[in-house]
Amino acid sequence: MLLIHCPWCGPRAEIEFSYAGPAQLRRDGALEDLLYLRDNPKGRHEERWRHAHGCGQFFATARDTVSDFFLPPPVAKP
Amino acid sequence: MSQALRTAEGGRIDRANPLGFSFDGRSYRGFAGDTLASALLANGVHLLARSFKYHRPRGLLTAGSDEPNALVELARDAARCTPNLRATQIELYEGLRARSQNRTPSLAFDLGAVNDRLAPLLPAGFYYKTFMWPKAAWKRLYEPSIRAMAGLGRAPTRPDPDRYAQRYAHCDVLVVGSGPAGLAAALAAAESGARVILCDEQAAFGGTLLAEDEARIEGGSAEAFRAASLATLAAAPRVRLLARTTAFGYFPHNMVGLAERITDHLAAPDPRLPRERLWQVRAREVVLATGAHERPLVFPENDRPGIMLAEAARVYLTRYGVRPGTRAVLATAHDGAYRTALALHRAGVEIAAIADLRGTAGGAWPAAARDAGLPVRLSTTILGTTGRRRVARVDLARLDADGRCGVVEPVPCDLLLMSGGFTPSVHLFSQSRGRLRFDDTLQAYLPDTPAERTHVAGACRGLVALADVLADGYAAGAAAAQAAGCNRAPSARPFPVTARESPAGGMLGALPGNRPGARAFVDFQNDVTAKDLALATREGFRSIEHIKRYTTTGMATDQGKSSNMNALGIVADALGSPIPAIGLTTFRMPYTPTSFGIFAGAARGDLFEPLRMTPMHAQAAALGAVFEDVGQWKRARYFPRAGEDMAAAVARECRAVRSACGLFDASTLGKIEIVGPDAATFLERLYVNAWHRLPSGRCRYGLLLREDGFIFDDGVIGRLATDRFHVTTTTGGIGRVLAMMEDYRQTEWPELDVWLTATTEQWAVLALQGPRAKDILAPLVEAVDLAAMTHMSLAEGRIAGVPLRLFRVSFTGEMGFEVNVPASAGAAVWEALMAAGAACGLTPYGTEAMHVLRAEKGYLVIGQDTDGTVSPDDAGLGRMVARGKPDFIGKRALEAMAARPAGGRQHLVGLLSETPAQVLEEGAQIVAETDGARLGHVTSAYYSPTLGRAIALAMVRDGRARLGERLRVALPEAPAREGHAVRVVAPVFYDPEGARLDG
Repeated sequence: MLLIHCPWCGPRAEIEFSYAGPAQLRRDGALEDLLYLRDNPKGRHEERWRHAHGCGQFFATARDTVSDFFLPPPVAKP
Repeated sequence: MSQALRTAEGGRIDRANPLGFSFDGRSYRGFAGDTLASALLANGVHLLARSFKYHRPRGLLTAGSDEPNALVELARDAARCTPNLRATQIELYEGLRARSQNRTPSLAFDLGAVNDRLAPLLPAGFYYKTFMWPKAAWKRLYEPSIRAMAGLGRAPTRPDPDRYAQRYAHCDVLVVGSGPAGLAAALAAAESGARVILCDEQAAFGGTLLAEDEARIEGGSAEAFRAASLATLAAAPRVRLLARTTAFGYFPHNMVGLAERITDHLAAPDPRLPRERLWQVRAREVVLATGAHERPLVFPENDRPGIMLAEAARVYLTRYGVRPGTRAVLATAHDGAYRTALALHRAGVEIAAIADLRGTAGGAWPAAARDAGLPVRLSTTILGTTGRRRVARVDLARLDADGRCGVVEPVPCDLLLMSGGFTPSVHLFSQSRGRLRFDDTLQAYLPDTPAERTHVAGACRGLVALADVLADGYAAGAAAAQAAGCNRAPSARPFPVTARESPAGGMLGALPGNRPGARAFVDFQNDVTAKDLALATREGFRSIEHIKRYTTTGMATDQGKSSNMNALGIVADALGSPIPAIGLTTFRMPYTPTSFGIFAGAARGDLFEPLRMTPMHAQAAALGAVFEDVGQWKRARYFPRAGEDMAAAVARECRAVRSACGLFDASTLGKIEIVGPDAATFLERLYVNAWHRLPSGRCRYGLLLREDGFIFDDGVIGRLATDRFHVTTTTGGIGRVLAMMEDYRQTEWPELDVWLTATTEQWAVLALQGPRAKDILAPLVEAVDLAAMTHMSLAEGRIAGVPLRLFRVSFTGEMGFEVNVPASAGAAVWEALMAAGAACGLTPYGTEAMHVLRAEKGYLVIGQDTDGTVSPDDAGLGRMVARGKPDFIGKRALEAMAARPAGGRQHLVGLLSETPAQVLEEGAQIVAETDGARLGHVTSAYYSPTLGRAIALAMVRDGRARLGERLRVALPEAPAREGHAVRVVAPVFYDPEGARLDG
């Protein structure tokens, strides 16, 4: 189980969170890309989580999809 | 029966506390402190099991959790029955009953042993090669007979009556293993001020120190060091000691799973105690001090009872006071066997020979053995053994300088001990995805680069000398504590040790002189031989991962603890490539088999899932309601009276709503209070409808889309004030709707001044539906002008003395009110309404009648009539989409859909069967009568008591253009075109003008 750093509550277990998709989706391109196409990068992936069973806040972070470790620095905007 | 092989004194057993136990129905005596294995050995019992494939007689190979052979079944009663337990780990208790496995009818005489005679016909890959033809035989002959033979042990036939606990824990330093390295690590971490958890799979802490009878540590005995260390740790306030606790899995981000066995060792467990406890430990730093496992030697017939590992024999002798035999031969490629020989010799066991594969043996232990006059033979190999149920003779032969075997010399014995050196136990390190590296000097895989915050100490990383192991553990513990942020450095402890050591080294692979037709076992538990591995390489397998699966080596429940390295050695030899080039199979959790119970924990039976009940649940139950599960909710489905089946009850409930009035518990509806100056703007951007101009005191049916333009949720939204909305969602949709709203509020529109509060459980909702609703309500409400309330209005006031939010809404097509009161008042208001309505024929109705009534009106249910690919226009709700709004979720997608050529989409329509009583199957395919083209599916189908016929809603391609058309609804058993004939109609079957809504 991953240990996820909520910027408001600190490190908490993964079961308190729900994944909320990739961060910073571009809304200015083709609609089909926005709705259906997602990158599946090997390595750094900027993504959003919600501390659903905690403070309820959404936040963005970056994770290495190979090692599953979260990467600094924190991503600014969810 | 006497314990003939028990030593006169010594060992860690409590000779004042004798225990009776049975094995295969026969009674024996042992002592407290024994394992089942040591107690049976003390009674001279070596035959403990039959092997999996060949049903060969097997005894103990080891004294620990790496035991591949001695798997037994332990049964307290019919339900408390555990198969495949390692006898080496079962602590003896009074009255323990164990049974052997995999034998018919008895361990001594096993019919399955015929497989052993057929062994030449059962090589690696036997299944793949043999059961190919005739094809039809697989299903009827091969598979059933293979299944009958497969599997080891019997699963209990009754549900597990025991309790299992689960706990989360956090610590700075988790130390796995309490041998010298682990103890030292825990001491250092504790002294650094760290929060420490020290766990060990054994009942006693100390690991190899528990059988250390010679070394002196810090001027005292090893036992004195062990006891003092444990006393220090037990007294430290921030240290938790967990014995009988196996670290079975290493999960991401330093989460380690521990399985603690709490009552298995007790004769009469306290029923209040859980049997086992799962610890999910999140450690800042982990110290792995998991030690090393001794390797067997691979020579012909190396699997007979009475053949065991040299170190295991020494453990049985020093720790349990058991002589594992009377006349021993030792075969070795490692100095450790000499130490065992000396210990056995002192205990009165005759040493017939020490056969050393090596040409020289100059260490301290071999020297001591020679001094004691033990018969040492260098450059000597084993060509085979004899003895049916126990080893009786060993055939030794000298190896000449070219590795050729000389004359065979039979040596009678009843104990054959072997040592191929030690394999570091890197299982947990490898599970954590740490990288291993092959050390040529040690001939072993050692931990290299950790993936997690892991420290490895002692024998687990190839260290041998006790002084080195202690110092390494202490350093690792100090380093781990420091990395975890504990700044107090522990005092320097040099750990002076006096001991004779056995240097690293040993043998990987098969011994020379494997005679034709003889089997040298590599994996004892899965009966894989050196020949099987060689065959796999001859058949073209190169990768160890493929060879493993083809031969099943290392795939048994012991995960190859004793076999993996020998298998690698044999494959490397056969392929002529170095061991690192062959690769290493992946270690997976669990380290040793772990019960399902601890993973289930309390989540069984009634506690399997949370149960949600509405405030009026007891009232419904008292009325005889039959409940159905809707998500986690229990909802009243119908209220049968005496003699009524569901159809009769539903028909009566529907008629009551249409003719008088019904009362329905709608409390499960999701509810969100949306408040703030920008509340209307927020809804305007979310929902397809317009909200700014909705006056306070009015309601509107809201439709919520996803960004792809498809219907996501719906519900009535009432405006209480300019800045306050009471939003309802579907019962199942509340979680995702609130998450979606929060997402947009927090991330897309942070400038909006608006708050969302989940209020589902705060309100009890009682739907009063039917022409008499107003009459029933009138005498109960205060401060509400009922007469002024038109359809889709709301008012606040009081009812039966409690605060009220009253919505004039309908999900039945009748005049209706939804009475919202504080949840705590729900039951009382239900009683008050039932009493007030008795004279009018007020009838409670359930979800089944609710569905019939709404389907008669064509009101859709999200998730039943829609499936995530339905647009507002598909559902016939296109007119609800507000024109001219600058934006709302899904607008862009709707515009894209509108720009595509018309036609081809499925529409929500009604279906009437040509046989009026025929209720269609929900989900059934709808096909064209002419060519059988698939057009859609039935989404809702009920018998309508009001109309006296069956009705259905369906999604049909271009459905609105097919009104009046005849289609077919497929049946499972008939061709599509022979299905039920149906007519396509508009999806409103009752009161299409909506006149009844106004009462």
